Amino acid sequence: MADITTGSFGGGASTVRLRAALEKIAIPVGALIVSALLFSVFLLALGKNPLTFYALIWQGGFASSFSIQNTLQRAAPLILTGLAFAVPATIGLTMIGAEGALVLGGFAAAAIAVPLVGAEAPVALTMLIMVAFAMAAGAMLTMIAGWLRHARGVNETISTLLLTYIAIATMNFFVEGMLRDPNSANKPSTVPIGDAYKVGTIPGTDVHWGLAAGLVLAVLLYFLMYRTTFGFAARVTGGNPRAALAQGLPVGKLILTCAAISGACAGLAGYYEVAAIHGQANASLVAGYGFTGILVAFLARQNPLAVVPVAILFGALDASGGLIQRRMDLPDATIQVLQGLIFVVLLASETLTGRIRFFQAGAGK
Amino acid sequence: MTVEMLTTILIAMLGGAIRVSTPFMFVALGETITEKSGRINLGLEGNLVLGAMVAYGVSYETGNPWLGVLCAGLSGVFLGLIHGLICSLPRVNDIAVGIAMMTFGIGVAFFFGKPYIQPSAPRLESLPLGGWSDNSALRSALEINPLFFVGIIAAVAIWWMLANTRPGVILRMVGDSEPSARAMGVNPIRVRILATAAGGFMAGVGGAFLSLSYPGSWNEGLSSGQGLMAVALVIFARWNPLRCILAALLFGAAGAIGPALQSVGISQGYYFFNAAPYILTLFIMIASARSGARAAVAPGELSIVK
Repeated sequence: MADITTGSFGGGASTVRLRAALEKIAIPVGALIVSALLFSVFLLALGKNPLTFYALIWQGGFASSFSIQNTLQRAAPLILTGLAFAVPATIGLTMIGAEGALVLGGFAAAAIAVPLVGAEAPVALTMLIMVAFAMAAGAMLTMIAGWLRHARGVNETISTLLLTYIAIATMNFFVEGMLRDPNSANKPSTVPIGDAYKVGTIPGTDVHWGLAAGLVLAVLLYFLMYRTTFGFAARVTGGNPRAALAQGLPVGKLILTCAAISGACAGLAGYYEVAAIHGQANASLVAGYGFTGILVAFLARQNPLAVVPVAILFGALDASGGLIQRRMDLPDATIQVLQGLIFVVLLASETLTGRIRFFQAGAGK
Repeated sequence: MTVEMLTTILIAMLGGAIRVSTPFMFVALGETITEKSGRINLGLEGNLVLGAMVAYGVSYETGNPWLGVLCAGLSGVFLGLIHGLICSLPRVNDIAVGIAMMTFGIGVAFFFGKPYIQPSAPRLESLPLGGWSDNSALRSALEINPLFFVGIIAAVAIWWMLANTRPGVILRMVGDSEPSARAMGVNPIRVRILATAAGGFMAGVGGAFLSLSYPGSWNEGLSSGQGLMAVALVIFARWNPLRCILAALLFGAAGAIGPALQSVGISQGYYFFNAAPYILTLFIMIASARSGARAAVAPGELSIVK
């Protein structure tokens, strides 16, 4: 999804820019409101009270310090997978392989930890190596797709999808085979890394450091994509690849770099899933964060900074799921229906981009 | 490896290929119809899962599994129509809408499917075509579900229609060149909406096979991504309905290698063979990308080949 409206080329008056920025917020927010209304109709048809539903989302997602921490905990991987979709989308690539990069990254971290933990290597060094392996494994996966796209013209959406399945099968192959912890009878897993090597929580909270990593990366990637020549070149390529080639931009390098950033972000999410949550690699890594990240990035209009609040919103939806299930006697898939609905309405709303006169006023078109 | 072991493996692969291929065949045929119109529906996984749930629920409530199959198809039409209508709006990306519809379809299936996880619904009876053999493994491999044959008949019918009928020609024209379709007085948007709905129907029926035949129950882990594979299968089959049958059988057989080896005690590499269809597809995509042969058969309006 090339966001060709992003650049403010020669934007003169500041009101023009302001209104253009407002459009990027107003249309997604409008889509959120429309989905909430549609979902209310759905709930009413089932004889449930929509107001109770939204009150419970507030309660489960934001009302207490416990629920806020729960929300942030769930938002952490979504920030990273959201970035994993947003960065290549800026250059015009629809890469949906964050799920696979997350799984492969988490697995690589857990696998390299086994000998290091066995040899009682220093904790900091072990963590560093695990992070490096996770990010490299994730990046490798998406770079294959990026390279195939550039060199052979293989559609990156399909190839990242296939690579996701290959990544999951690779993890299963090792986890059920040579890297299986003999003590993991019911759920084949790698040998646990042990508490000493796990990532702690941010002081004063129950939220692991993956959230901080996500925030830092979101800011860094925003600067990279919107404040550097690299980012400018990437956005030009996303807007018009042929023009970029004609301008002599190194399109191949740009594509590979964006793909690598994407996989590294998702791989890092996998690292935190292993090192902060599960303590080992197993099928729990396949939790759908990669696919929800696509939705997060779309709602954020592929802007790395906007990914953060959107991921928190979806973290809150996720966090309130259990409460809604208990209090309203609704199935746990309720949140998934709402997410799907938001996604569909949001994409339909893209058609309004550039067609509402208010946002175009003064643009001189 | 002895001869008996090899025979066991081959029979298990044959049975596996026939069983596993049926949903592949339906999603591939559905995706072929949609892609022939120049649009891609990446959301058939949603149709498949919703179809499986609807088929099982209807079969349980009415006692008639074939009514379940029909309703599964109609649920696919419902999702296909939403996809088709939204993609008809300007500036909307069909690939992203597919992912959204997948999330939505699976969510709806899980939402309404909760009460049907436990109860046992009437299944589709398989036809015992191996009665002539006294090899019990071969007999069970040849217990073939009628939907398998429905799929083959549908493939031949779609192939014939695409080549010889007016709707078939219109569909191909819309997919190959929107301007010429407009010049002929055809409304491409309407054709694409109908093609997506028809494709959705096929995928819904494929889902019915999952819950009413093999594996033969409804639960949330029922599909292992067959719907997502549809897009790859169609590329593999080069948009030809007859080759969809072969592609589905091949994918079924590749997926059956692992369990077949396991049946003779070789468990090493089970998961490697699980990945076989995906690796195979990736290599086929690499080999056929930018090749003249593919460019000649791929619908010209399709976003993934542009």
